Amino acid sequence: MSARPTSRLGDALAQVGACGLFLLQVLGAVPKSLRHFRETIRQIWFVGAMSLVIIMTCGLFVGAVLGLQLYDVLSRFGASAMSGTVVALALYRELGPVVTALLFAGRAGTSITAEIGLMRATDQLAAMEMMAVDPLAYVAAPRFIAGVVALPLLACVFNAMAILGAHAVCVSWLGLDGGTFWSNMTASVDVWTDVVNGVWKSVAFGAVCTLIATFNGYTTAPTSEGVAYATTRTVVFSSIATLALDFVMTAFLT
Amino acid sequence: MTQRRSYQVGTGLFILLGFAALAYLATQTTSVANFRQGESYTLKASFTNVGQLKLRAPVKIAGVRIGSVEAIDLDPAKLEASVRLAIDKKFDQLPDDSSAAIFTSGLLGDQYVGVQPGGSPDMFKDGDEFVLTQSSLQLEDLIGKFLVNGSPSPKPAESGDGSAKPPAPDQHQ
Amino acid sequence: MSHANPPERADALVEVRGLSTVLNGKTIFDRLDLDIPRGRIVAIMGPSGTGKTTLLRHITGQLRPDAGEIRVDGHDVPTLPRDALFALREKIGYLFQNSALLTDYSVFENVAFPLRQHLRLPEEIVRNVVLTKLQAVGLRGAAGLMPHELSGGMARRVALARAIVRDPMLILYDEPFVGLDPIALNQILKLIRTLNDTLGITSILVAHEFDAVARAADEVYLIAGGKVAAHGTPAELARGESAWTKQFFGGEADGPVPFQYPARDYAADLGFPERTR
Ligand SMILES: Nc1ncnc2c1ncn2[C@@H]1O[C@H](COP(=O)(O)OP(=O)(O)OP(=O)(O)O)[C@@H](O)[C@H]1O
Ligand SMILES: [Mg+2]
Repeated sequence: MSARPTSRLGDALAQVGACGLFLLQVLGAVPKSLRHFRETIRQIWFVGAMSLVIIMTCGLFVGAVLGLQLYDVLSRFGASAMSGTVVALALYRELGPVVTALLFAGRAGTSITAEIGLMRATDQLAAMEMMAVDPLAYVAAPRFIAGVVALPLLACVFNAMAILGAHAVCVSWLGLDGGTFWSNMTASVDVWTDVVNGVWKSVAFGAVCTLIATFNGYTTAPTSEGVAYATTRTVVFSSIATLALDFVMTAFLT
Repeated sequence: MTQRRSYQVGTGLFILLGFAALAYLATQTTSVANFRQGESYTLKASFTNVGQLKLRAPVKIAGVRIGSVEAIDLDPAKLEASVRLAIDKKFDQLPDDSSAAIFTSGLLGDQYVGVQPGGSPDMFKDGDEFVLTQSSLQLEDLIGKFLVNGSPSPKPAESGDGSAKPPAPDQHQ
Repeated sequence: MSHANPPERADALVEVRGLSTVLNGKTIFDRLDLDIPRGRIVAIMGPSGTGKTTLLRHITGQLRPDAGEIRVDGHDVPTLPRDALFALREKIGYLFQNSALLTDYSVFENVAFPLRQHLRLPEEIVRNVVLTKLQAVGLRGAAGLMPHELSGGMARRVALARAIVRDPMLILYDEPFVGLDPIALNQILKLIRTLNDTLGITSILVAHEFDAVARAADEVYLIAGGKVAAHGTPAELARGESAWTKQFFGGEADGPVPFQYPARDYAADLGFPERTR
């Protein structure tokens, strides 16, 4: 009905508003969802543990390529000893949380949206309501909690794998001294400003990505095209939201 | 039922793995790795310039880490930097005429406090202050000196400091 | 089976007064009044698309009416806060028109779902209750199957078992006979009757099969054009004098109930010039 271009902005705003309201509803359902704690555990398994392989593989490669590039670039300034440091800082502050969130949106976010969307399309959510089970507490909140818990853990695993990858390239392959690699890293990387801030970022990304995924699934048009469209939107909006939020958080955290 | 159990075990393992990764990152790849929780005693040192010295930078003798920088403050009376060093208890045999200097590891590396042992029979006690200190070498100063000495100008070196310093901030702005 | 005449409106479990609903600009209900007496089986019949499912959704609070009052067990459903509504729903069984089984759970877990969510029962009791209900719908042997491994008729019966698993005070069946063979249909009919006779469960039965309805229901409401077109015992309606009942139970295409969904002129839709007579 409102296909005129002037109303596009209004539609977008309405979506954001609806998403915000949905967040409040989900947060309100979190205490009730603790009754279905098993379901939360199951979701952490699906969302987190099942993403481990892709996260670990990507982490290894990202670390390796960072090591390769930085060693090469820093050697030009005679500072190849700092390779490990720069790799670690880049990972902990930016790449770890951001890349993990993007992978997470593609791997777990889409499956959350498709799953909930199909539940909507086949009346399973309505069936739960009729059995006096609140789908917000049984379906949405456990996935939300799972995302918030799993993404930081995944980001840590990603970072650890990336450090190992960088170490393998710089030390084992390019011949940088192992002691130099580690000591420079430990001298310049700070637990609070680097590691912990990165963890906070990925907590926020986890919340945003799963919120968008759950919201899109919950509001799917009950058709096959509706589910397909919702899944695509999850990836697009999660990625944009992650990168935008990353900028904001970087500006305020450091 | 057994299926449900395996989810729970798997999820538990996943969470453990995540926290293990976090613990590894936090303790093995950051300054925490250099942070001995052991007993330490405090020494003080004043520098006219600490350069880029940071909190928790290492304190070394002969390249071996013996402690870390605990605090950096401005002494309001002397307008000098007063640095507090936490030295591990097991290195309590430091002669009290040892000197402290701020060095840079490598050309662009981090700065640390290097201690040059003296020959006095008396040892530093908790709260003592280094008498002899040498400030951080400022790259700008070095370059300035080099430019002045390298030029045909007959000016003495001491005025070189004065004439070289002003351009340095300008170049940075 | 003998059916008593509708009792004097002593105790209605569900009362609908002046219900009006407009969906997408189409008037579904226009000041509809209807009573479901306690402990009875009441059939709701009517042409396809007349709003039978919509009525059930109103009664269970899934959809708010534009106007009117719906009382279930003394609660005014449209104004009930969420928690109270959920408490009420715990006492209501609902068979969805499309079964709506939870596709990630086995047949057993689907039927056990309402028990597990609301009651902390020992596993053994859950098992016994679930298997009893599955036995009643003839699917005890299918307990381990997943919903996608069921036929349409089997899925309906599993959904039925799930709707009755907690022995609710009110059960709403949205077309329970769809996809059932004559044997299964007979068994399900008996089951619905038994639940009513032995446990005194009130039932609302939406169905199109008049023969089956005549054997199970105490009363029938015929809904057409947003209003109650006829109301009475199945026998009364079968004798039916009104044009509505004649057409509906005679199955004729022409009559007050249009077979066609409201539409433009057929010929015009097909691209022919509009007929002028
Ligand atoms: N979500 C909706 N939005 C708009 N209109 C709807 C919606 N759901 C149903 N309708 C309309 O409401 C009317 C009644 O639908 P309903 O499903 O209640 O019919 P029904 O009597 O159950 O039919 P059937 O016997 O075929 O199941 C239909 O005309 C349908 O087009
Ligand atoms: Mg219907």
